[in-house]
Amino acid sequence: MQKVGLSCKVNGKKVDLEIQPDTMLVDLLRDTLRLTGTKEGCREGECGACTVLLDGLAVNSCLIPALKAQGKSVVTIEGLAKAEGQLDNLQQHFVAEGAVQCGFCTPGMILNAKSLLDRIPDPDDKEIRYAISGVLCRCTGYQKIVHAIKAASHDKQQIPQG
Amino acid sequence: MSYEFKNFHWARDIRIDNYLMPRTLDEALDFLEKHQGKAQVIAGGTDVISQLRHRDLEVDALVDITRLPDMDGIRQDGEMITLGACVTHAQTALSPLVREKAAILAKGAGSLGSPQIRNIATVAGNLVSGHPAADTSIPLLALNASVLIASREGQRVVPLTEFFLDKGRTAIDCRREILIQIKFPAMQGNQGSCHLRLSKRQSLTIAILVMAAVVKVDPQKKIIQEAAIAMGPVAPTPFRALQTEALLAGAAVCKETIERAAESAYAEANPIDSAIWGSAQYKREMVKVFVRRGLENALIEAEALVD
Repeated sequence: MQKVGLSCKVNGKKVDLEIQPDTMLVDLLRDTLRLTGTKEGCREGECGACTVLLDGLAVNSCLIPALKAQGKSVVTIEGLAKAEGQLDNLQQHFVAEGAVQCGFCTPGMILNAKSLLDRIPDPDDKEIRYAISGVLCRCTGYQKIVHAIKAASHDKQQIPQG
Repeated sequence: MSYEFKNFHWARDIRIDNYLMPRTLDEALDFLEKHQGKAQVIAGGTDVISQLRHRDLEVDALVDITRLPDMDGIRQDGEMITLGACVTHAQTALSPLVREKAAILAKGAGSLGSPQIRNIATVAGNLVSGHPAADTSIPLLALNASVLIASREGQRVVPLTEFFLDKGRTAIDCRREILIQIKFPAMQGNQGSCHLRLSKRQSLTIAILVMAAVVKVDPQKKIIQEAAIAMGPVAPTPFRALQTEALLAGAAVCKETIERAAESAYAEANPIDSAIWGSAQYKREMVKVFVRRGLENALIEAEALVD
């Protein structure tokens, strides 16, 4: 099998790699780039743990051939924190609200929430629940997660962030 | 049952030799021709990747059509609305044009899978996969949509009524042909529609029953001129209740007509028993409920029936 070139942006940094054509995006991120913040749960698009942003849209990286990222921008959970390690607004509110327990679904929850807040800055509960409906949480329950996203949306409106 | 590691589908990932991203339609058709049945079209990929993992599909190469020109975009061209082959479910569900002129399609697109799936899965792919209860196939079938298919031999138009052949089988050969456009008439003022979906959860689940109805009434709003009722899964393919539609054409707008249509659809539907998705009898009862409720709502929307 012949390797092929892939150029894309991952968390703002340009990446040029030679990969097998059947590499899936989740494996490229976790195994090649060592960005293990992206989790793999079911590997069939049911659990949402592997969610990343592809050109700003939340997608399941387990269902996407890595070559689909050709020329595009990928953002993983590692891409949200500032360079000096300061957590993103959404991450801070997840911590403050106790919306994280085992943490496995958290990257998916936060990236879906980010995709929502980028489109609708002040969502209602129904819009929040619809936005995270593709991620399964099996420990905290969804209430605290919804609260955290709500709190982050209020915060975001007051303090515009770059 | 064997529990060996290699038998879990996630341990057997996809194996392909070539992933091609052509920039023109000709180039894409060339790739397919060159691989002679060993290459298959991929758009969003959510179905194709699953099929490859489960070994329901075996090919050497994938031809990704999402970088072809003119494949995205939702447009109104006179009375017709066209969707490019790479339009996603999310784009369809959020499109102001689709929400206004084909609300049942927007609702269907918004109920498929999850946000992450809707962000990448295409409506055209939902048709091609040929699932009997596919969330956009049902409304598009009720909207009398047709698809434009390109191949080396040229282009052909296939109405959806002739597109679905059997469970998982459609009139397109994805190793030779490419679905490039979906087309359907925009809803008019004397029309009304309704989309209903029954499922265990509101997300990430295949529907137990989906129904989409479109009715057209006369200017006095007393007579149903035309009705289209699509449902699934009540047959091996997305199903049009043609006998019920014939009964409705020319019938008076009244509760009795609706009741007769519900009984007719009950008789016409032929669902199967499923341990997970409900018994045949349950689904048939729900067909009656959905057709009654769907026609009522559609006639209310057409301002022919008072709420």
